[in-house]
Amino acid sequence: MEVRGAQSSKSWPLVDRIALWACWAAGMLLLAAAAAIVIYMGIRGIQYLRPEQIFSSPQADLDQSKSGGFLDPLIGTFILTVLGTLLAAPLGVAIAVWLVEYGRPFGLARLVESGVEVVAGTPSIVLAIFGLILFSNGAFKILSFQAEGGSVFGRSFLVAGVMMSLIALPLVVGGTREALQAIPRHVREASYALGKTRGATIRRVLLPAARPGIATGTALGMGRIAGDTAVVVILLGATQQLSSFDGAPWPFSTLRGTGSTLTSYVFNNSPAGEGNAPDKAYAAAFVLLGIVVFLNFAVDTIVRRRGAPAWSE
Amino acid sequence: MTTEVARGEARFSGLARALREPWPDRRTERVLAGVSSLVLVTIAGMVLFVFVKAWPSFSHNGLSWFGSGGNVDQQLGDIFNSPANPDHYVYKLRAWPLLYGTFITTAGAVILGTVISVLSAIFLVEFAPRRVRAVMGPVVRLLAAVPSVIYGLIGILVIVPFVGNHLISSGRKESVINVVQLTGASLIVAVLILTVMITPIMVAIVSDALRSVPRGWTEGAAALGANRWRIMWTVSVRAVRPAIVAAAVLATARALGEAIMLSMVSGSVGFAPNPVDGITFFFEPTRPLAATIVDNADGLSVEPFGQTLYAFAALLLLSAMALSLAGWAAKQPLKRYGIGV
Repeated sequence: MEVRGAQSSKSWPLVDRIALWACWAAGMLLLAAAAAIVIYMGIRGIQYLRPEQIFSSPQADLDQSKSGGFLDPLIGTFILTVLGTLLAAPLGVAIAVWLVEYGRPFGLARLVESGVEVVAGTPSIVLAIFGLILFSNGAFKILSFQAEGGSVFGRSFLVAGVMMSLIALPLVVGGTREALQAIPRHVREASYALGKTRGATIRRVLLPAARPGIATGTALGMGRIAGDTAVVVILLGATQQLSSFDGAPWPFSTLRGTGSTLTSYVFNNSPAGEGNAPDKAYAAAFVLLGIVVFLNFAVDTIVRRRGAPAWSE
Repeated sequence: MTTEVARGEARFSGLARALREPWPDRRTERVLAGVSSLVLVTIAGMVLFVFVKAWPSFSHNGLSWFGSGGNVDQQLGDIFNSPANPDHYVYKLRAWPLLYGTFITTAGAVILGTVISVLSAIFLVEFAPRRVRAVMGPVVRLLAAVPSVIYGLIGILVIVPFVGNHLISSGRKESVINVVQLTGASLIVAVLILTVMITPIMVAIVSDALRSVPRGWTEGAAALGANRWRIMWTVSVRAVRPAIVAAAVLATARALGEAIMLSMVSGSVGFAPNPVDGITFFFEPTRPLAATIVDNADGLSVEPFGQTLYAFAALLLLSAMALSLAGWAAKQPLKRYGIGV
């Protein structure tokens, strides 16, 4: 792609030089925006983040020194991310394997392929609304809890986790698909020649080879889940603390209960929400940005470590 | 007796063995196809549920749902406070200001974003020095990964006060005081932040496509004496036009559905900014559809009000689906040349 040489832009026509400057300006603008966000959030985070905030629950109090920290939102983010990933990763890998390795009947495969794109393009607010309508249904009362009048509340960690998995799903499918498509045909043929079935080839040869791609897609999906606000605001009940559903044994009591995440905590503590405590919002946003940057960094490491596979020689 | 037990055991162990042993290909294929079809079931369910729930709002208003007339915030309030008797539910809504708000924020951001992303993709692929290039890939990915609530937080705590205190003169505020309050939360802030949010997605798609333009094409142009800018502009960018369209379409879908950031910085007033107002136009507040849903999330369980919000979601779903399919279709010509994804 690079057409390099001793060519200097000084000899170019003026229009071309202006265009070149515009390219530089656009690139620098992006870099500056990213730097500004990271540096500004870093400064505010160091300024306002106190270690005890991470270990104390939020309290409803007008006095900001008594309103506690964001332990519960942090746990909420963790639970939701794990739930969403647990659902999205196996499903996404299965879909990608079917699309790349089988893909029959052709029409159905194309439909599923564009279906994944549709899910990827659906705004998370619409997914949240769909989740609320679906899970307020009596048939799914096991996932949330019933209000006293008998109507199903339709808001809980389980419900939000299911919808979150739809947000991560296209990224897992994309990552896995790309990795599978990059495996040359002769690797599969070698496996068949050794008498392995297609299923065995997928499980023992292709999936291990595609592991970095699967990991990249999953990490991207986790970042997307951790950063989503709309689903949380609508489907998690927006209670400050984790409030569990008492009618079920332990893990399910929390999972069927409501709570909040870092994103909804930031939203509620910003001037747009009820809390209006910018210091706390900055501190929580700093932690959230840290999580997202970490996941992003993890993707970079996975991509770089991938190296050349054994068959590329 | 014993033979029956033995037969039962044999049948059971046969089943267990069938599950434990490697699956025959046909079964693997069927199970995977079944799992994959779940995606289609989900989409069908989503369309069905959302539209059935949204129907009362559309059917009571007819086509005037999309029209203008009256104060939309007032109408939403009336719907929220409508009597408990289902026969007297209030549904009257003229959603035009919200639709218009969605349209101008999205259009503004996508137009700005397309220009910036094409230029910076060219920069990234062709002109950036090696060190800048090494940094820029991860930076673009980071910008795409920053949660919208953080963009919103910076917007509402830094940019909105700055615009409100320094860029809008008090004379300008007074000139429209009877119509709308100018606080700084405005169309221009919403469009600018939205542009920063969607540009990275477009840069990723466009630069991927630019990188995969066959080398022979650009070298041919170089041999004919074109300079590096001309090669990029007349050969590479032209070859990847479908990718630019696909990127713009996907960015439009993203911008349409952005709710949290816009509800924080757009002013949250159901007002249609008027281009006739000159520069004041850019400082007027608005509120897109998605932001309206988030702002009123508490009212989702109130029957007629919830149905109205579902109608907003239905409209967003329909537009996003159309855009996704259009983006998918726009990418198809590229596959023929083996360019891009």
